[in-house]
Amino acid sequence: MEILVGIGGMFGAIMRFYIGKFIASRTASDFSYATFLINISGCILLGILMNLYRSKDISTTIWMLLGVGFLGAYTTFSTFGYETIGFIEKKLYIQGGVYVLLSITLGIFGAWVGMNIS
Amino acid sequence: MGIGGFFGALGRYFIGQLIPPLKGFPLGTCIINLLGCFFLGWFLTVTAKRWKLSNEVRLGISTGVAGGFTTFSTFCVESVKLIEQQQIGMFLLYIGSSIIMGIAMCWVGIRIAREN
Repeated sequence: MEILVGIGGMFGAIMRFYIGKFIASRTASDFSYATFLINISGCILLGILMNLYRSKDISTTIWMLLGVGFLGAYTTFSTFGYETIGFIEKKLYIQGGVYVLLSITLGIFGAWVGMNIS
Repeated sequence: MGIGGFFGALGRYFIGQLIPPLKGFPLGTCIINLLGCFFLGWFLTVTAKRWKLSNEVRLGISTGVAGGFTTFSTFCVESVKLIEQQQIGMFLLYIGSSIIMGIAMCWVGIRIAREN
């Protein structure tokens, strides 16, 4: 069962890398659109999956593979923290504040929406 | 990077199993995210100048291991669960400590790497 978490994590990290590259190549800005969009989309999807898992519409196997493994690794907290320090060091305090507040509020709201659509 | 994500996600799963919630507070995810923030700050700084690592290895460890280890989606879903259980104080404590300490841990990692 644990191996499923690893396999999901493998694809989640690769997916984050390629989607991140794709978004970064299409946005020229100080704002970290890539990590931001990845994290928000991952929150919505994990919310949906959590809803399905709670209502027993998906098995523990699928939850471990896609929820814990794939979506857990697709989204990232460490890069979010690192990028926030980047804003602070460049003295881009407004962008940094907006980045943190938008990530948190939209991430939690996205997870809530995912957990409540069925 | 895939290999890094494999081990990062597995590490997250095992540490998560090891650390149960404390009075409803999702301690496992919180500690995982704080450790990952500290490590990423330290690692990206120490490999920027002093340590010579190939770009593949550097990406595999930062984007793969640290990225796969920490998670934003679980953090948000757990926050919503705390709201659902009407544990508003715990919810505020969880997001406040994760965000402020996560950013601080990342900064500490960067400082340690720069000073040594």
